[in-house]
Amino acid sequence: MNEIDEILHGIRQKDPHAIGRAISIVEEGDQMAGAILQTLDDETVFTATIVGITGSPGVGKSTLVGQLISHYCRQGHRIGVVAIDPSSPVSGGAFLGDRIRMMRHTMDQDVVIRSMATRGRPGGLCAAAGAAARIMVSSGCNPVIIETVGIGQAEVDVVSLADITVLVFAPGLGDDIQAMKAGVIEMADILVVNKADCPGADALAMEIESAVHGRSCPVCRTIATDTTGIEKLASVIHDVAQKKRQNGQFAGNRQKARELEVLDWAVEMMRAKLKDHLRSQSKQIKGDPRTIARKLIEEICVS
Amino acid sequence: MEVRQQRGRILIGKLGLDGHDRGAKIIARSLCNDCFEVIYTGIRRTPEEIASAAIQEDVDAIGLSLLSGAHNELVQALLKALQQTKGKDIPVIIGGIIPQEDIPHLKEDGVHEVFTPGTPIQTILDAFRKVTDEYRHKKHYQTS
Repeated sequence: MNEIDEILHGIRQKDPHAIGRAISIVEEGDQMAGAILQTLDDETVFTATIVGITGSPGVGKSTLVGQLISHYCRQGHRIGVVAIDPSSPVSGGAFLGDRIRMMRHTMDQDVVIRSMATRGRPGGLCAAAGAAARIMVSSGCNPVIIETVGIGQAEVDVVSLADITVLVFAPGLGDDIQAMKAGVIEMADILVVNKADCPGADALAMEIESAVHGRSCPVCRTIATDTTGIEKLASVIHDVAQKKRQNGQFAGNRQKARELEVLDWAVEMMRAKLKDHLRSQSKQIKGDPRTIARKLIEEICVS
Repeated sequence: MEVRQQRGRILIGKLGLDGHDRGAKIIARSLCNDCFEVIYTGIRRTPEEIASAAIQEDVDAIGLSLLSGAHNELVQALLKALQQTKGKDIPVIIGGIIPQEDIPHLKEDGVHEVFTPGTPIQTILDAFRKVTDEYRHKKHYQTS
């Protein structure tokens, strides 16, 4: 058996070593990545639900994910988690600390956790997040949770990648004006007020409820450190997923996600080419960047 | 935004009943600044937990801080757990309060490097660079 077949066989056999290797191969952009991803069964991937968990730094995303893992385990699910933290723009390194909130599931054969760094990609995800989720699904995980980096207001990428997006808030981080701003709050499927036992939680829940007024978007309250509200949140996730599957939104969203991923990769691949070409032409760039960019694209596309 | 090519993925954690993690955190921070991706698993982990996390995360090296005095037993158990989970080739570097006379035995058992208090950070970084380079060379990623 060659290495690719071995890895594919391993993924189907739920072998953590093979799953880990496959994700690295994709993340490193190794030549085998295409062959592995191409072989994953699209239908299996379609049956699983991908849940995105997002929100500002420190609202309790990882702890919440830890509790959701426990919940899904008790229900007998095999579950995958892609936990993303930022790469340093200065050094290129990263401190990946999400797993620490999920360590009690490390020995569980049916919990697959992978920490990933953004590696320079803006938007709250890493380039290989979608592929990592598909690899996990192919090893029998359902659902797969993608936890984004702690985000600001405009990092909406997870909304297109995930079937369901859960936006997490915590009291004490800002005033009512925050909830009125445009961005992820308009696109999330479920809103969560975590740390619901902390002062200001009720006011926050009211604010975000009024912010999504007129749009069907459940607001849940949780205390992730003691499991309060977790079961309810899981059942809301289930209901919303069910509804989306029935009304066709699910399939439409998946198609859009694929399109976006293709474009992302295309841009990523083009970027390197464009840079090489630009640098080979001249040491110093003079003139209007937009005009130069247009000329650059024309040259690349013709050649 | 352009980010430098990272050098590899390293698991940093603490084994056994020992909650003093300042050292582990300093090493983790230094590795991040040296362009590594560090998966920090925190304090009071069992050898089996570290092995399982290292496999799932497909790390290129494991770095452990041990101040409890139980290093011989715990490291043995970790190496055994790694062997059972297809991770026997992952390089292991340890640091902490390790008596000089234990170091040769630990290295014989398969630990790559052992660092004691007072070691310059750069020496530790160089060791991680060396072992991760070698291990990643074995994996031979071929970017297209």
